[in-house]
Amino acid sequence: MDSINIFIKAAFIDNMVLAYFLGMCSYLAVSKTVKTAFGLGLAVIFVLGITMPINWMINTYLLAEGAIVEGVSLEFLRLILFIAVIASMVQLVEMVIEKASPSLYNSLGIFLPLITVNCSIMGGSLFMVSREYSFGESVAFGLGSGLGWFLAIIAIAAIREKLRTADVPPALRGLGIAFILTGLMGIAFMSLTGLNPADFTK
Amino acid sequence: MAEDVKNIAVEEKEATIAFGAKERKLITDPLHLNNPLTVQVLGICSAMAVTSQVYPSLIMAVAVVFVTAFSSLIISLLRNSVPSSIRMIVQLLVIAALVQVVSLVLGAFAYSAYESLAVFIGLIITNCIVMGRLEAFAMANRPWQSFLDGVGNGLGYGFILVAMAVIRELFGKGTIMGLEILNPIFGLFGATYTPNNLMVLPAASLFVIGLMIWVQRGLDDRLVDIS
Repeated sequence: MDSINIFIKAAFIDNMVLAYFLGMCSYLAVSKTVKTAFGLGLAVIFVLGITMPINWMINTYLLAEGAIVEGVSLEFLRLILFIAVIASMVQLVEMVIEKASPSLYNSLGIFLPLITVNCSIMGGSLFMVSREYSFGESVAFGLGSGLGWFLAIIAIAAIREKLRTADVPPALRGLGIAFILTGLMGIAFMSLTGLNPADFTK
Repeated sequence: MAEDVKNIAVEEKEATIAFGAKERKLITDPLHLNNPLTVQVLGICSAMAVTSQVYPSLIMAVAVVFVTAFSSLIISLLRNSVPSSIRMIVQLLVIAALVQVVSLVLGAFAYSAYESLAVFIGLIITNCIVMGRLEAFAMANRPWQSFLDGVGNGLGYGFILVAMAVIRELFGKGTIMGLEILNPIFGLFGATYTPNNLMVLPAASLFVIGLMIWVQRGLDDRLVDIS
């Protein structure tokens, strides 16, 4: 049941974008229309869901103290290995999607490589280490954070589509208003803080 | 803001010899006209959560200046020997190695800051400014210029970061770097300052940067988003 709690918590309460502001670069750059936001959001869920368990295995079976040689800790290699896993997984996902479903590849195409430098992917893996999740929990955390990111980018894209007809002061147009809107959304999401996922899964 | 820009430029000029108008521009441009945070809007991710207090923001700013400067230098030295198909991986590995150095140094000399920043120091790797400058500048320019470009962008980023932190800590807690500021001032008039809790919330960093963009673009028409 712990995994379900972590999934709900990652998606709604500790939302990657609205509580930690991770993945903001692509969040702001790709949120002009709902259609492209939808594609990028799906790709992020996918990559987070895959890299999190792989990085968990690397961290536990290769890097942890005494994992390979007794008394030796390879933790100083963590950042380098994590980013290498993320970069190669994104590359792999790109190739698999291209083979398996060319139509999906065409709609996602340009956004896939961008995911490598999406901070929420790397941030997810680092949070997983610092919170000491188990394997199942890290899968749930990956999928949950992906879903949270997906919801946030869809929401801001929908708002920005409506904003195009609004009368925003010239100096605030574009990114300025997008920042302030994200802040307001963050405050709205904070109302979920009191929520205890354990209550639903008793 | 203009005075700060001048001061930094003058100091840098005295410290180095090969420093003409072009090189100076590499440092000053990212501070205002081409600021990484408020104009290019890169690298927001790893910055937002640290700006509720001034001290961690200062550390973060120094760390980012170090990483942008030296990754630009190294990639610029390597630029002719790296095939373009694997350049992303090479860039990421160089950045990751430098960030690891920063993280180890911090862990050794400023452990309390390291503990509270750990995840965010790691996230400098995916800070879009670092990669952005490598792709846009270091891959096509000589090492010294690339180094300066890295320093300039790191400073432009750090400047906004610290400014945000000052605003948020001053109004959120009435302090700067833990020093009581607002309470003594209010005390002169026989009042006490009630901290504005909104400023401590993570969302406040977005309001502050939104307002800073508004002010900066309001003062300088060249930056207004026309689209």
